[in-house]
Amino acid sequence: MNNSPFVLQPASVRSVMVRVLAALLPGVAAYVHFFGASILIQLGLASATALGTEALVLFLRRKPVWLFVSDGSALVTAWLIALTFPPIGPWWLIVVGTAFAIVIVKHLYGGLGQNPFNPAMAAFCLMIVAYPLLMSQWPAGAADFATQMRLIFGNRELDGLTMATPLDALRTALHGNARTTVEAVTGSGPVFGYLGGKGWEWIALGYLAGGLWLLQQRLITWHLPTAFLAGLGLCAGLAHLANPGLYASPLFHLFSGGTLLGAFFIVTDPVSGATTPRGKLIFGAAIGLLTWVIRTFGAYPDGIAFAVMLMNIGVPLIDMYTQPPVFGHKIRNKGKGGHP
Amino acid sequence: MLRRLFAFNGGVKPPTHKSSSTRAAIATLPLPPELVIPLHQSIGGTPRPLVRAGQHVLKGQLIGAADGNISAAIHASTSGRVVAVEARVMAHASGLSTLCVVIAPDGEDAWVECRPVPWRSLPGDQVRDLLRDAGIVGLGGAVFPSHLKLKPGPGSRGSSKGGLRHLVINGAECEPFITCDDMQMREQANAILAGATIMGELLGAEEILVGIEDNKPEAVAAMQAASGRLGERGGRIQIVAVPTRYPAGGAKQLIRVLTGIEVPHGERSTDYGVQCFNTGTVFAIHEALEKGRPLLSRIVTVAGNVERPGNYEVLFGTPMDYVVARAGPKPDTDRFIMGGPMMGYAMPSRQVPVVKATNCILVGSPALFPPPAPEMPCIRCGECAKACPADLQPFEMYWHSRAKSFGKAQEYHLFDCIECGCCTYVCPSHIPLVDYFRFAKSEIWAREREKDSADAARDRYEFRQHREEREKEERAARLAAKAAATKARIGIDPSAGGADTDDQALIAAAIRRTQSATTDLPPAGESGT
Repeated sequence: MNNSPFVLQPASVRSVMVRVLAALLPGVAAYVHFFGASILIQLGLASATALGTEALVLFLRRKPVWLFVSDGSALVTAWLIALTFPPIGPWWLIVVGTAFAIVIVKHLYGGLGQNPFNPAMAAFCLMIVAYPLLMSQWPAGAADFATQMRLIFGNRELDGLTMATPLDALRTALHGNARTTVEAVTGSGPVFGYLGGKGWEWIALGYLAGGLWLLQQRLITWHLPTAFLAGLGLCAGLAHLANPGLYASPLFHLFSGGTLLGAFFIVTDPVSGATTPRGKLIFGAAIGLLTWVIRTFGAYPDGIAFAVMLMNIGVPLIDMYTQPPVFGHKIRNKGKGGHP
Repeated sequence: MLRRLFAFNGGVKPPTHKSSSTRAAIATLPLPPELVIPLHQSIGGTPRPLVRAGQHVLKGQLIGAADGNISAAIHASTSGRVVAVEARVMAHASGLSTLCVVIAPDGEDAWVECRPVPWRSLPGDQVRDLLRDAGIVGLGGAVFPSHLKLKPGPGSRGSSKGGLRHLVINGAECEPFITCDDMQMREQANAILAGATIMGELLGAEEILVGIEDNKPEAVAAMQAASGRLGERGGRIQIVAVPTRYPAGGAKQLIRVLTGIEVPHGERSTDYGVQCFNTGTVFAIHEALEKGRPLLSRIVTVAGNVERPGNYEVLFGTPMDYVVARAGPKPDTDRFIMGGPMMGYAMPSRQVPVVKATNCILVGSPALFPPPAPEMPCIRCGECAKACPADLQPFEMYWHSRAKSFGKAQEYHLFDCIECGCCTYVCPSHIPLVDYFRFAKSEIWAREREKDSADAARDRYEFRQHREEREKEERAARLAAKAAATKARIGIDPSAGGADTDDQALIAAAIRRTQSATTDLPPAGESGT
């Protein structure tokens, strides 16, 4: 190196990505505990697909294959896809989704750092639009491993093995029956737990633990998770206050679906998200608002993916209008020469 | 004496590597066999050489006179014979040459006559001229002529006396490895504070704040002791230990930490009631005024890949390898860096001379400063923005600089970048961000120069057009007058009927002739003006 600085902090894209993967482990552990080992199969399928397609596209683009395959970014995308897709979906569902994320959403836009959309969320949106039924079949508790393998790789006889997610179940029940209430639904169904869905609430706590560790590691800032959770919680809270029979409580929203995974691992994707402090607050809060709207009034089991994609579009605009003041150009400095 | 301090955003904490070069006192070097003194050692105009080859000079003799007011004089660092006045490679990363006075020392080290300056009884302008002619420039690395900063300034707003509110003395020395200010404060605290007191009087400062990073407790103690010895006269002086965080020694950052004032880019700090000088500069001003000695040497840290890191008082013009040889460079040395590891420049040759800007010769090796890992794409993680002490968004500036959309880069305040290197230091993608910003700035400057020269060329061209037009008309008028005179001589009565039309026809013909003659001329070069 001919120019200063001649010393660099020991940091790398790989170390960032590896720490993000490590932060997902508590959530994964809870997942395995409550819903069996099938999620590990899905994680393996997604990882293999991501690394394979990444290497292939890098080769075709004449880029240094090992340098980029080993940066860990494809693995993060793969794991997020696996953790948002149903764990007993057929093998090709996650393979197609992951390949789409890596080849189309990431590399056709220029590869690492260039994609305007969150690859994992784009894959989720594609597959839920294309295969709404398959994407809505979630396990009813931890089936034995052989059954899970059969569901993923072979005969998909689903009787009694799947059910809708808590969010889906609640929405369907409320939509179908004008007289029922949130309390009646969540108090009775087998999918509902203390805070959100049975089992899911523990997985969510696992993600929360990992996310707090990411904060402690200073890999993410507080702005995005806080704004997102506040946006979602506030909408849910106001609606719940207005009509508790029709609208689920904020706690239910925060511990259901992908809320906490989204707050710390998806909304915080730096490449496709807002980057300025104020921009992060706007971006996160808007995703929270849209998530609640889509969950409550939409037709899909969760709204985070669509909300993230919608707000990804707005990122350049948000960043442009939220540039922080530069040193010496802050308003408090103006016309006050000589006074601090 | 607890003072409220202010924080600046960003900054980094690289390993400081300072202790190894502070074990021994500042050493002086024997005279080198040859001194190569560049005439251009400061911001501003290049001083004119005042000596010829073969001439004998005394130590402290003026050899280069300041070129205009934004410039500073150059002196012979020792007595001896001028061997040559010629271009030599300068202490700059570019490897370009500059006019230097080469002196073979005679070993006498004989001074010119030095007289203390009665600065208290002289008008301010005269004191400032004396400092310019003593060659005083900022020794923190920026080498800005100090006399220009010693004007109280019209805009000391908020000040009751029309003077300066805060005179900041910069002993922060935040760059890793560098300890020259630290050692000078330990050894010359009295002179530094005496100099600061003089400057405080020149500027009419209400208070004098000496900022020292708290990783230099010995320097803080020495300066506090010196301040105590000043007694009553030291009342306005405060020695303040500031938190160690690079770049706390940046003038704007230190002003912010000590006073809370943020001086925007491109504005004078005196307009905000504050001015900042490096401790080495303050010492040099003291020498110049109290002893009448011009700036001939400075303290230089030699550190890095050497056996005995330390500080040396080095005459300007001493070749760097001569200095480094004293410290015992290790065999795997691959380069000399002038300055620290964060903002220094790799030297094009090991023989380049020590100049006023040389606060440190950092001896590098592949093991000490390994080449960075391959550059990866930006992932917009924002680490650079968190580390930026100027509150910039380096990744946005990088994006636009890389795309050569320099207008956009400027919209993101490219020119507020102080090139401290924090962004590059923290970047997980190992992007040499500062290089991109230096590139963008130099491209913008080059384009502005190009535009200026194009404008000048157009002005010259238009003036030539105008001049040719004028000459054409003048020639036509002359010919017409001549024709009329000829006609009169051959006997046509100008008053007779029809003569007017004849006359006019003749004139018209003359104009036609001259016009066709000028248009047939080959186009003249642009040197016509």
